Amino acid sequence: MFQLIWNGLFVGSFYALVALGYSMVYGIIKLLNFAHGDLYMLGSFLAFVVLGGVTGLFGLGSIPILLLVLLITMLLTGGIGVLIERVAYRPLRSSPRLAALITAVGVAFTIEYTVRQIFGASPLVFPIRLQGAPIEILGARITMPQLVLMLVAALLMFLLQRYVMHSREGRAMRAIALDQKASLLMGVNVNRVISRTFFIGSALAGAAGVMAAAYYGTIDFLMGFVIGLKAFTAAVIGGIGNLYGAMLGGIVLGLLESFGTHFLGGQWRDVFAFGFLILFLVFKPTGILGERVVERV
Amino acid sequence: MAKSNAQRLQTPKPIIERPPAIKGVLAPERFMKLLGLVLFVAAAVLPFITATPYIISILTSAFIYIVLAMGLNVVVGYAGLLDLGYIAFMAVGAYTSGILTTQFGLSMLETLPFVVIACIIAGVIIGGPTLRLRSDYLAIVTLGFGEIIRITANNLDITGGPSGIHGIPTWSFFGWSFAEGLDIAGIHFGPKILFYYFVLFVGIGIAVVAVSRLGRGKLGRAWKSVRDDEDVSEAMGINGYATKLLAYIIGAVWGGFAGTLMAGHLSAIAPNSFEFLYSALVLMAVVLGGMGSTPGVIIGALFVSLAPEFLREFSEWRFLLFGVLLVVAMIFRPKGIWPANAVLPFLKKREVPQVPPTENLEVVGVADNADDAVQSPVSDPARSSTEEEGRR
Repeated sequence: MFQLIWNGLFVGSFYALVALGYSMVYGIIKLLNFAHGDLYMLGSFLAFVVLGGVTGLFGLGSIPILLLVLLITMLLTGGIGVLIERVAYRPLRSSPRLAALITAVGVAFTIEYTVRQIFGASPLVFPIRLQGAPIEILGARITMPQLVLMLVAALLMFLLQRYVMHSREGRAMRAIALDQKASLLMGVNVNRVISRTFFIGSALAGAAGVMAAAYYGTIDFLMGFVIGLKAFTAAVIGGIGNLYGAMLGGIVLGLLESFGTHFLGGQWRDVFAFGFLILFLVFKPTGILGERVVERV
Repeated sequence: MAKSNAQRLQTPKPIIERPPAIKGVLAPERFMKLLGLVLFVAAAVLPFITATPYIISILTSAFIYIVLAMGLNVVVGYAGLLDLGYIAFMAVGAYTSGILTTQFGLSMLETLPFVVIACIIAGVIIGGPTLRLRSDYLAIVTLGFGEIIRITANNLDITGGPSGIHGIPTWSFFGWSFAEGLDIAGIHFGPKILFYYFVLFVGIGIAVVAVSRLGRGKLGRAWKSVRDDEDVSEAMGINGYATKLLAYIIGAVWGGFAGTLMAGHLSAIAPNSFEFLYSALVLMAVVLGGMGSTPGVIIGALFVSLAPEFLREFSEWRFLLFGVLLVVAMIFRPKGIWPANAVLPFLKKREVPQVPPTENLEVVGVADNADDAVQSPVSDPARSSTEEEGRR
């Protein structure tokens, strides 16, 4: 029982990290960034490359090395996120929503198959595999790396919360999410704030990618697809566009999946998650914490 | 509703005289119809010129792709709903007819009603709840639905698990099957050639003509108006939700039909031929060709399905190229290579009459606050395109 809860929390913290970026981008420019899951994938591949260089310099990998790699990868994926926004999404900001969505699909495709052309289609083995002696807490077996990864995820979420809710730039973000034109008139540099949002969201997705790669041990070019879907599900469950909602949704989805897998069998895990997405959209489309969105004409 | 003989409102006389319709072969609409007929005849004659199994096979697949793309065109092009799991309906159709033929001994034709019912049910389950919400939710729900169908097919026993269903019979009609071949005037038609003709006549002839006629009819105009502005069309008395759901269900049935064709063509189906990748390919066919444009969608479907056959070395790179093309097309040419309202340059266009200066016109009604009336709304490209279409 505690094992199930713990597994759910652990997987949920990954989902929450990816869902945060999804939710932030959606909240600020109302665009479903399909490429978000692929930034997660890109994060793990970049970490794979960076790790090759770093272990060459400092010797064998360990948790501190992994944290260093995490930092570098976050900067890189963040930069790529900004680039994507600049090249693909900004020219389409005023066009119909369908055009922007199709572009997002195109971007996702481009990232996936660029990675495939560079690294090949078969899964790669990640050089660091975090394994440790499990500790028994309340009957659940928890390993040290799991604990560290969860702490890192929690720390990142805490920093994000401080940044968005208590800083000048965060206030600008929230202002744009409410009314883009009005914030432009109030002197907010809208383009820069949107770029920054993409940077943060992509960096978080990249971080989740690195952590997942280190934990599961293998990476492949399609790993972002399902995670992207799950993160969206998490964002919807919590209430899309809502910071706390994304965190809560990620955890809830992780727990639901953990229990669902236990009772239904592992092969139905994804079906279970997407079934929940549809159920939530039917009965509570605003999510747990979301407010009712009034569509403006 | 009985027609009443009571006084009816008379439409006011047009301010501008409507120009006469263009006659002759070079009239755009007639020319396109003739061109379509010529291409259709060419495709029908082709097996007499070259009938290698390879060419017949890839062309049959390409035609099935056209059916699929025309179905997605209803959803994406006409109704403006992004469906990222369209291949799932093809899977529903293919599996329904595959299971019914191999395990219950029905013929392909007899499975068709079940396929239609299964697709309508699937369309209502997915479209019903999500079409009430924002349109971008639909995109991601369809993406999830595509995965659900694929994983379900992968895990159930009745669908054959990961290896799928083998030995699906080809189409047969009341005891006579394509597999028997046919001799007409001393020429022997093999099963593959017969199936080619079947897909050509039923698939292309009916699917393409039906969809383009649907698009021009009352329902099609309702779809386009909901796509361009849902609030305004609801104010005009169109039920936005029902219209969108209808588009979604019609698209689903089309996809299921293409699925049964594909099952008959390949005689074996497996879950991994219904991955997201293929949904994206069909979407690319529609988007790159031109959303809502019949010739564009046909060109797009032919390009997407035949390009890897003709450019073998390129097939490794095609997905990357398609991804880049999607982004570039959306930024620089959002209406595709053959936009819905395009007219070939050498065709006659109906002349746009001179609009007389407004001072000479009788004022019909005066707006309460004149300032609002003077401000002309910023016309967005989507809306102006339909206006042009209407004028033509």
